[in-house]
Amino acid sequence: MPGKLKVKIVAGRHLPVMDRASDLTDAFVEVKFGNTTFKTDVYPKSLNPQWNSEWFKFEVDDEELQDEPLQITVLDHDTYSANDAIGKVYIDIDPLLYSEAATVISGWFPIYDTIHGIRGEINVVVKVDLFNDLNRFRQSSCGVKFFCTTSIPKCYRAVIIHGFVEELVVNEDPEYQWIDRIRTPRASNEARQRLISLMSGELQRKIGLKVLEMRGNAVVGYLQCFDLEGESGLVVRAIGTACTLDKLSNTSAFLPACNSPSKEMKEIPFNEDPNPNTHSSGPSTPLKNQTYSFSPSKSYSRQSSSSDTDLSLTPKTAPSPQGPRIFLFPSSPTLSCDSPHLKKSCLLLSGSSLNPLHSSHVSPVVLRKSVSFTEELLLAASGMGSGSAGKEGGPFKTLLRQQTQSALEQREFPFFTLTTFPPGFLVHVGGVVSARSVKLLDRIHNPDEPETRDAWWAEIRQEIKSHAKALGCHAVVGYSESTSICEEVCILSASGTAAVLNPRFLQDGTMEGCLEQRIEEASPPGCGFCHIPYDELNMPFPAHLTYCYNCRKQKVPDVLFTTIDLPVEAIVIGKGCLIQARLCRLKKKAQAEANATSISNLLPFMEYEVHTQLMNKLKLRGMNALFGLRIQITVGENMLMGLASATGVYLAALPTPGGIQIAGKTPNDGTYEQHISHMQKKINDTIAKNKELYEINPPELPEEIIGSPIPEPRQRSRLLRSQSESSDEVTELDLSHGKKDAFVLEIDDTDAMEDVHSLLTDVPPPSGFYSCNTEIMPGINNWTPEIQMFTAVRVSRLSNINLTNQTLNKNFNDLCENLLKSLYFKLRSMVPCCLCHVNFTVALPEDELVQIAVTAVAITFDKNQALQANKAPTEKSQQRASTDNEDQLQFPLELCSDPLASQPFPPAKAASLDKASPLAEGYLRHRSVPSCTNSTVSVVKMTPLSFLPGAKITKYLGIINMFFIRETTSLREEGGVSGFLHAFIAEVFAMVRAHVAALGGNAVVSYIMKQCVFMENPNKNQAQCLINVSGDAVIFVRESELEMLPVQPSTVVSQPTSSGGDVTT
Amino acid sequence: MTSDLDIFVGNTTLIDEEVYQLWLDGHSVAEAVARRLRGGVLERAGTSVAVLQSDTRDHYRTFQMLERLLHAPPRLLQQLLFQIPPSRQAMLVQRYYAFEESFARELLGKKLSKGTKKDLDEISARTGVSIKSCRRQFDNFKRVFKAVEELRGPLADNIQQLFLLPPPLARDYAAVVFFANSRFETGKRRLQFLTFGDFAACAQHMMLHWTQGALAPEAAEPDGDVPKSFLQDLKELKVLVADKDLLDLHKSLVCTALRGKISVYNEMEANFKPLSRALVNVGGKLTHARDVRDFFVDLVEKVIEPCRSDKWSPADLRLFLGHYTAAPRALPAFRHQALWERYMAVITACLLRMYHD
Repeated sequence: MPGKLKVKIVAGRHLPVMDRASDLTDAFVEVKFGNTTFKTDVYPKSLNPQWNSEWFKFEVDDEELQDEPLQITVLDHDTYSANDAIGKVYIDIDPLLYSEAATVISGWFPIYDTIHGIRGEINVVVKVDLFNDLNRFRQSSCGVKFFCTTSIPKCYRAVIIHGFVEELVVNEDPEYQWIDRIRTPRASNEARQRLISLMSGELQRKIGLKVLEMRGNAVVGYLQCFDLEGESGLVVRAIGTACTLDKLSNTSAFLPACNSPSKEMKEIPFNEDPNPNTHSSGPSTPLKNQTYSFSPSKSYSRQSSSSDTDLSLTPKTAPSPQGPRIFLFPSSPTLSCDSPHLKKSCLLLSGSSLNPLHSSHVSPVVLRKSVSFTEELLLAASGMGSGSAGKEGGPFKTLLRQQTQSALEQREFPFFTLTTFPPGFLVHVGGVVSARSVKLLDRIHNPDEPETRDAWWAEIRQEIKSHAKALGCHAVVGYSESTSICEEVCILSASGTAAVLNPRFLQDGTMEGCLEQRIEEASPPGCGFCHIPYDELNMPFPAHLTYCYNCRKQKVPDVLFTTIDLPVEAIVIGKGCLIQARLCRLKKKAQAEANATSISNLLPFMEYEVHTQLMNKLKLRGMNALFGLRIQITVGENMLMGLASATGVYLAALPTPGGIQIAGKTPNDGTYEQHISHMQKKINDTIAKNKELYEINPPELPEEIIGSPIPEPRQRSRLLRSQSESSDEVTELDLSHGKKDAFVLEIDDTDAMEDVHSLLTDVPPPSGFYSCNTEIMPGINNWTPEIQMFTAVRVSRLSNINLTNQTLNKNFNDLCENLLKSLYFKLRSMVPCCLCHVNFTVALPEDELVQIAVTAVAITFDKNQALQANKAPTEKSQQRASTDNEDQLQFPLELCSDPLASQPFPPAKAASLDKASPLAEGYLRHRSVPSCTNSTVSVVKMTPLSFLPGAKITKYLGIINMFFIRETTSLREEGGVSGFLHAFIAEVFAMVRAHVAALGGNAVVSYIMKQCVFMENPNKNQAQCLINVSGDAVIFVRESELEMLPVQPSTVVSQPTSSGGDVTT
Repeated sequence: MTSDLDIFVGNTTLIDEEVYQLWLDGHSVAEAVARRLRGGVLERAGTSVAVLQSDTRDHYRTFQMLERLLHAPPRLLQQLLFQIPPSRQAMLVQRYYAFEESFARELLGKKLSKGTKKDLDEISARTGVSIKSCRRQFDNFKRVFKAVEELRGPLADNIQQLFLLPPPLARDYAAVVFFANSRFETGKRRLQFLTFGDFAACAQHMMLHWTQGALAPEAAEPDGDVPKSFLQDLKELKVLVADKDLLDLHKSLVCTALRGKISVYNEMEANFKPLSRALVNVGGKLTHARDVRDFFVDLVEKVIEPCRSDKWSPADLRLFLGHYTAAPRALPAFRHQALWERYMAVITACLLRMYHD
């Protein structure tokens, strides 16, 4: 009995009128935890009741503490009939369970009803007394910290990064369990909210147990998702990265308060040897001789590309019952002739699936179909190629690999959900790896054994792992998983970035090891991650390589696609920009297997086209790398939609991208030729304009220094082909972009023409605006503290006449572009500003409806300094690095997780906020305007980023993970669908803010809206919406205050910044 | 491709002051879009009409949701639904409660009842204020009236506290409430030259000098009324015109003081008795509700119009009223000095304010 939960109900305010006769309410409160319920007295005839209750005490297991939410129900007492519920508050008490987070939850919470929305507020105080428990068989994992942030949290240091943790739990969905389908909306909604709250508690506890088993004390990059599988059930799944974190102020590693059950430890993956030197991979160690060959098996070498199936990387260790895999070489000439084969194999597959392939001991859920498609084309584009191991780096690299390999080998999945890493952690980046699989959902028969879903994911993860291997990488970073469900078909997707990691961080994070590593580090920090990790001679896909434009020692690909954030040390020229590829594909309505088959047949083509679009748009902007790539494929009744978002940048280490060349099919036609040349001119103009816009002026390098590109056998495809100057064909084409490699678009039909047109329709953001989907915008590093986080949702109806892929594409494209335009217009008062972490989610709720939800944050910056900073970007970055070192002398390790915060806002810049920036000034001024009365509501900032500009996060208070359902049966009266959803999203924000404020926080970082499921039935005047959000509650302090505090504390008082109001609760 | 649903929600609620004003003025979304177009926002921001429409609709929705809270401004400060910086909150409240003086002028002295509300379209037509805006302003008056009706203490302070209005606006509301309470007649043709500002100033003087709140904040009666006892006492002042000796003495004192100082001495001397009678009787009649209504009519008809026809300058009037008020101090038989001065302070202030074309 290791915990005592104490709850006090203080007061209510602004309650709704429940008694029409008196215009008043007789309110009382029920406090429920687990199976215990307490009640307050009835406070008669008041809309602002003062209960001032005693402390209600619950004596509970810590397992229960982790799983159960505290449920507070406000009711109206009625003498003659049943009491009416006013609304509820669910409080997740998890933040009270670890020592470093919040100690008390106290504040005003909105009282929420799933039918009426927010109805007044209630003031509650919650405390937990935890008793230490040494029971080693226990099932709880109190003390493990959770972070949504996908980097090492700001005030911590990573001692060890253990690796991937995952878990999923399944249950029946209460929505579908009502006998005779008689569903009372409120009861059903509340049952679902409660169930999901319970399930996420359980999930978090189970993940915590895994972390303790790994001897970690925290989960970073925790991502929890719900799959509403309809009648077949409800799945809650989560992934994260287990770490051992150390608070920056203390020197000793923090160990979880409760010891982990050592009995269950099968192995100790990383012994904490006090002498890390024995592990060192220095070239002098005897390990040198044991050369470890990491070259991928011959079967997927370049030469064998004619045979697609050779690429199958099904791991021998996991002979799971999987269907045959279909691999696609997008740029291979065999693509078109492959498609019949593709179809055949699918047909074969669905045929075979009818056989009871799986032995009888498997759960009755038959895996009817499993078609996976791998994204080799992304790999191809990422332009890996040969080259790598330059002569000098060779042995070291091998050693490094070997060691890391050994560290990672013990893990089932060497995946990391992080997207930003301590400097030096990321050695090389291979490229994007992704896998998708189409499944048919079936009822979950036994909720206690979620094996089927587990098996599905395990399969996909294996695939990802093997793709990474093919790229010569032993790990996957920036890893994420997602699903798209329509009726009974489900697409599971996983993607990440194949990478080679520095083993030190995975084993032992002591200082010596790290310093040593930095000295030994063979490749310069600014470009090392670009160098190819795979074998030059055994390239997994066609690409051309050049010597790195930065260090000129190692080989780099011509383009690089990744799912991670731009590494802090990366040298970037100019600014970045948001690049999106959008695509629709019609499909026939079908049932079950037929449907799944047609979807899996379409997927490869969609991936291919999405990739082509990304590539073209990247070239059009004169850039050579994509970061934060996220490809979302959404399945609907009669179509599939693909939306890829990424941030394009120009990496100084990679070669200058060639232009885009248009080639006509019928060269004899005069007018056609003219048209083509006209288009070519437009494209060239656009590229030139973009280069100016994004300030891409790479320094001209003399040819001899770079060295000639490695001659490559040319790969030609139907749609595009890569070309280099060494090719014979060059002479035929007018390469208007110098001698650089050019990208050729062959226009052979109207479709292709449309594609080229659509390329040019992307309008750049208005002046003063920049946008990206990563954490920071390359090229802007002088943020001012004003931020505005927002969510925008649009649902559009596609006219169902003449639906073709082309019109669909155009409609979808317009929808996205218009949405962006309207964002720029809304936020025009913040100029100059940057939209960061722009996150689009597409859903197809009904036949002809497309729903797009965007969450992002607009951050203002100081334009003058930005201009200066951009004049000498390379110089700057070096300077920056050195100042960083000086600034952080107290943390020479640089594992200190603060690179982001310190870098975009060096103190000198922060100080200038006070006078230099008119915006900042305005901000301060408008904050200082005395309010009419003392506002009791504290300001809570929200941002999808892991940091707040101009501020320092001093404490993490715990994870916020909330799920709400809202329903209405009076849609018109609530302002139609827009009014309904607008109010609901505002309510969700309000509830998140209230919970953070009650924890004592003043901001939410890494905020994400993971789900927004909206359904309407206008005929019945009804609508329903489900929203799931998460983030990290934190306390931040303005940097300006931090600086001022020790010098002259008196000025702090007079400083009229918002923080005074911010911090106080 | 039509957008069924189109929303934007910021963590800090976005408020466009221009759109807010258009909404307050009662324009529909389409009208507001048209006006914004004419305002040239497209050229400045380089965007499309569709974007402008979506933006306007978003703002309108936000305002509609905020309206409920604006009805009780302290709730706007406490609510958790919209995160709005204090300065923006103040702006929202101030603009919501701001009113057109031409509209308020029409409504002064009318009962804030459903009947009056039905006549709003007439007022709207007369004043050129849109009907929606009229309704909002009317509802604001009524809401403020209801809220302070029963409260003790100075009216303006109560309003400021309950509705968080800036002091000048709160004082104007106090005037409106005071007029609605006292039901002074303001609609007569001969009063048409008076503006809302004139009446508001008069009301403020009355509240300052005559009402209970002005004397004793803890008093039992609400502030909106002039206390009955005071009005009753005013009858005592009639002695100044009823008693022939006093009247003559009063006249001679004033004449002595003013001789050579005002340009209209002769006219003043000739008219002193009717003037004095009018000035005193206005107060004496205030005990009857029916006569209260005529307060301003009487002042205009019996004081302002005669003076105007005799071409008194405002300075003449000021000088006259000053000495007229001060003279009874020298009248040994007159024992209501304090009452007289309290009464005349308001009458003087009102007359001076109202004495214009």
